Amino acid sequence: MILMERRNALKAGGSFGLLALFGAFGLLKSGIALADWNKPAFTSKTMDDALAAMGAMSPENNSVFIHLTVPEIAENGAIVPVTVVSSLPKVEQISIFVDKNPNVMAANFIFPEGTEYMVTTRVKMGQTANVVALVKADGKFYRTAKEVKVTAGGCGG
Amino acid sequence: MGNPMKIRAAVKDGVTEVKILMQHEMETGLRKDADGNLVPACFITEVKAQHNGRTVLEAQFGQSVSKNPYLVFRFKGGVAGDKITISWVDNKGDTRSDETAISA
Repeated sequence: MILMERRNALKAGGSFGLLALFGAFGLLKSGIALADWNKPAFTSKTMDDALAAMGAMSPENNSVFIHLTVPEIAENGAIVPVTVVSSLPKVEQISIFVDKNPNVMAANFIFPEGTEYMVTTRVKMGQTANVVALVKADGKFYRTAKEVKVTAGGCGG
Repeated sequence: MGNPMKIRAAVKDGVTEVKILMQHEMETGLRKDADGNLVPACFITEVKAQHNGRTVLEAQFGQSVSKNPYLVFRFKGGVAGDKITISWVDNKGDTRSDETAISA
């Protein structure tokens, strides 16, 4: 695909077209790499390590302002729906963890101004475990957790 | 170059809801194939959603996100016909970008 584009650009002639193409490609690349993948957090094996890697050493427990929706029992651990809604003001990030997975951190979401503080996704769970939601709001961390009973394994499907 | 995503975006009462279904194996790197060899990890690491070029959500994924990742979020604003662009990149550097128009 990229090669084809290059060929077309070459055909079109003129170094300007080629430069513009590379420029646009470079921009796209750097654009998507803006939010750095937090390797230490995503490779953490324990909740404590993952929270430390997120800079959230002792988040305040708060189930009033963080609404975590997960099934009580998951028949299929490969697809467990998770919804996190926060009614805290100035939410910057919402992260989702599964405390007994080999790598505990599942996902991290960054909320620009104007985006509502909710997200729904699906995670894999290897066994019965707690799903933990971590919310960063106005520079402070809050967490809540709920247990999901898994009746069939999620890893290896 | 991954397979196309399914994206739905609809605006209601000034809030646009975006639903995305990506097509990706999301291999954990912990699973073994029939011969007992580890299947190498291959999973989406970053996702970015844009509304008319403005970023409305950024996400980072680990191996624990389900195969064919599903994502729902909402942002204020957006009118029918506006462009929603979703892009992802995986740990092997593969990328995919798809767009849709907001429906009323």
